Amino acid sequence: MSRRKTDEEYSRTKTYKFFRWLSGVKDPYIDSLELQPQEEKKESEEVILEHLHDEELALEKVYDVSHNRFVNVFERVYKLVAALFCVLMLVGLLMCVSFLPENGSADTVRSNVVVDRYIENGLEETGAVNIVSGMILTYRAFDTFGETNVLFIATCCVMIMLMMDEKLLEKAEKQNDRRFEPKDDVILRLVASFLCPIIFIFAIYIMLNGHLSPGGGFSGGAVLGAGMILYVNAFGFKKTQRFFNEQIYKVAKITALCMYGLIGSYFYITGANGIANHIPLGIPGHILSSGIILPINVAVGLEVACTMYAFYALFRRGGL
Amino acid sequence: MTTFQIILLVFLIICTIAVSFTRELLNAVLVYMSFSLIMSIVWVTLESPDLAITEAAVGAGVTSVLFFITLKKIHAIDTEKEARKSGDMETDIDMLPEGGQGDE
Repeated sequence: MSRRKTDEEYSRTKTYKFFRWLSGVKDPYIDSLELQPQEEKKESEEVILEHLHDEELALEKVYDVSHNRFVNVFERVYKLVAALFCVLMLVGLLMCVSFLPENGSADTVRSNVVVDRYIENGLEETGAVNIVSGMILTYRAFDTFGETNVLFIATCCVMIMLMMDEKLLEKAEKQNDRRFEPKDDVILRLVASFLCPIIFIFAIYIMLNGHLSPGGGFSGGAVLGAGMILYVNAFGFKKTQRFFNEQIYKVAKITALCMYGLIGSYFYITGANGIANHIPLGIPGHILSSGIILPINVAVGLEVACTMYAFYALFRRGGL
Repeated sequence: MTTFQIILLVFLIICTIAVSFTRELLNAVLVYMSFSLIMSIVWVTLESPDLAITEAAVGAGVTSVLFFITLKKIHAIDTEKEARKSGDMETDIDMLPEGGQGDE
């Protein structure tokens, strides 16, 4: 409940002073502030001359082409030398190519037994109809694990550099939210509502079918990430955060990497020590076949999709 | 090598030369996008569709989007504003749609 102030109390408030000043009874700043006329800033002649002298000196030293003959000549020579260097590099590389053995000729080095083994025994040993997938994820699983780690570290670095504090992010969004959220673009929304489901399903198909048809974890993950970027562009970050926020991102990313690490290390240890592993290969051509390739494809796909989306979100907004 | 492949390769060379000669960064990114798109078709003709999918998603999609954001962040896209400031209105303003996105 409001209560009426006494006159004495009211005379001390700012409102009273303001209305007193407005009605012209008393100016509150008289006797408390002193006004002085400002002096114009004057520069002595010496200083002006010194400035002019500095300018002349600068013209001689700075890369001002019209005033500096040496820079002019240097630029022309630089262009010539650059062109010459490019031509020399081109000629050198083409010379190198001419020394290579012809494709399919008898002199080609045939000591690489690995290729034959991959092609001949690949289907039998890995159970994957898609030889490339089988090669990357079983014979060379260690390399691919390294690549996945590189992706993980790359996103960590980008997060360290670009991630903003949540309070700062909210503040910046309140100040101008149009910078971060797209405007209500009807065309984009309509197209995205048609395309996004198709892209997502296609990406999941590529990921799960990696051992049977062209594609695999990396391609599927890249397509999934691109689809998510399209979704964010059309519908904004708030709608995306319903199904993909920072918590889910962390869990998905780390789980995918750990899953790959666990399956991979089981595979390396049994393979290196000659122990029989108990992962069934299944019948080639079936969707549940080819042992470790299917789960690893899913793990790599999740990792890549998270990386793509996180790059975009961190670059654009500073947070997921 | 079929004529179709030769045409694609010629397009690739044109794209690479065009990238190095474009003055505007935005146009360079767009040309780079088309380069990636042509490259993905080349991968299909070379019978490696998995690479084609990856090239289309990463090269033409994600990388270009990242480039766009970077250009936006360093204010290289606001050509309208720049043109108004420097005064050569008749060259650049006509190319842009009216009331474009330079309102920030």
